[in-house]
Amino acid sequence: MEYFQQLLGPAWPVVWTLVKIVALVLPILGTVAYITLAERKVIGYIQVRIGPNRVGPRGLLQPIADAVKILFKEIIIPEESNKFLFLLAPVLAIAPALVAWAVVPFSPELVLANVNAGLLFILAITSMGVYGVIVSGWASNSKYAFLGAIRSAAQIVSYEIAMGFALVGVLMVAGSLNLGEIVKGQHGGGFWNWYFIPLFPLFLVYMISAVAETNRAPFDVAEGESEIVAGFHVEYSGMTFSVFYLAEYANMILVSALCSLMFLGGWLPPVNIAPFTWIPGIFWLLGKIAFLLFVFLWIRATFPRYRYDQIMRLGWKVFIPVTLVWIVVVGAWMQTPLWLW
Amino acid sequence: MIETLVFYFFAAVLVLSSLAVITVRNPVHAALFLVLAFFTAAGLWLLLEAEFLAIVLVLVYVGAVMVLFLFVVMMLEINLLKIREGIWAWLPFGALLASIMVVEMWIVLGSERFGLAGMIAPEAHPAGYSNTGEIGTLLYTQYVYPFEIAAVVLLVSIVAAIALTLRRRKGTKSQDAAWQVAVKRSERVRLVDIRPAKRAER
Repeated sequence: MEYFQQLLGPAWPVVWTLVKIVALVLPILGTVAYITLAERKVIGYIQVRIGPNRVGPRGLLQPIADAVKILFKEIIIPEESNKFLFLLAPVLAIAPALVAWAVVPFSPELVLANVNAGLLFILAITSMGVYGVIVSGWASNSKYAFLGAIRSAAQIVSYEIAMGFALVGVLMVAGSLNLGEIVKGQHGGGFWNWYFIPLFPLFLVYMISAVAETNRAPFDVAEGESEIVAGFHVEYSGMTFSVFYLAEYANMILVSALCSLMFLGGWLPPVNIAPFTWIPGIFWLLGKIAFLLFVFLWIRATFPRYRYDQIMRLGWKVFIPVTLVWIVVVGAWMQTPLWLW
Repeated sequence: MIETLVFYFFAAVLVLSSLAVITVRNPVHAALFLVLAFFTAAGLWLLLEAEFLAIVLVLVYVGAVMVLFLFVVMMLEINLLKIREGIWAWLPFGALLASIMVVEMWIVLGSERFGLAGMIAPEAHPAGYSNTGEIGTLLYTQYVYPFEIAAVVLLVSIVAAIALTLRRRKGTKSQDAAWQVAVKRSERVRLVDIRPAKRAER
């Protein structure tokens, strides 16, 4: 490493950061590919089917086959669309989903950018993801796409408020906006030190808002294939379509990672005694992320789609009051000797 | 050196995109250029080590305000001919307003106060300095009353806006979710034991 450092001179920090970015993004994209397979398998078994099992052993090469197929498909650009924005929209969708990973710590040392205001940064970056949906819906110049974009814009703006308040609770308890510090604040004997216990209502609100923010079932009215065909990406095909798909799954992994960092103790083992502490922290974090991703798939296979007015009611009339009340409760609780966290 | 280059890059993008906001014909493009302008402004603030303000600018203006703005603009039907109608009649009036604003801005932002001499570059803070913490401390100690008054004013305006638009019509049907959830089977279903009738005698 020192040899390269001397060879590149002043360009070394840039090159080294790029190397780290590649080392972070490639596993994420690989995970995205295999979550699509996991989703089909899990939902298959929940519905008493087998799921894809033809390509490779037990269907394990299915994502690769899908990727190759989608690469060779034609990208159709509608005649009356706004071509520049039409092609920009998928980029706007996937870029925030990947950028936010910059501040996600995988262990006390393993983080790309140890930013002080990491939580705010993530909130700001993820709030930009909605532009991909809005711009695609408008640029397609199609009624279905436009309806999907409008639905998605209203839904994401509504749930962002509840999500933001849930994070306010976390930063109150942790006393820091740095994700690493938040995890360290949950250090102690074991899982009873994690923030999901004192912040249980906020944890639930965050998880459900996360499903809504990522436009996943049962909140996937932006796609709503039974009403508006495929919503915002109805006009997209081939690689442009699959970039939207990648963005959705990358966002799912991101919110699962954030949830495990903020509420489920990140890289900390569930009980701080011998057999559990032997396992490196990163595996605990990956395990928690995997579990939350499974919950996403489980929810999708279990619940029917919400009606649109029900989504709005849940966001504004249930989640926002719940979070506001619980922030006050936690604030008061923290001032008493009964606070144990 | 690199910071200066980055500054000029961001400044150029900011100026060009702000110009585009007022010159492009399509209002959706204008709104998207405004998003770009906010984003580059946030970049400039980051260069000034005001990371809290920069992130909040992106969070509030890019993430929420402009989304709602686009939401409205996309649904408008824009007739460019109608908009351009009467431009010559209004041009002198607009020019007058614009020149007054330029003069006012010149007085406030002129080189006396905001020149390079008046604005010394802030000294770099050591690593681990928390801009967010500093702002929080200031807001809740020194400026606590103005801050709280601003918050109350905003709250009043929210309540007023909702009160102005909330109209209850008579006879509209709406659902009461609590009532729907609380309903019991016995209120909706009546199980009737129907015995097969005896075959009628012929």
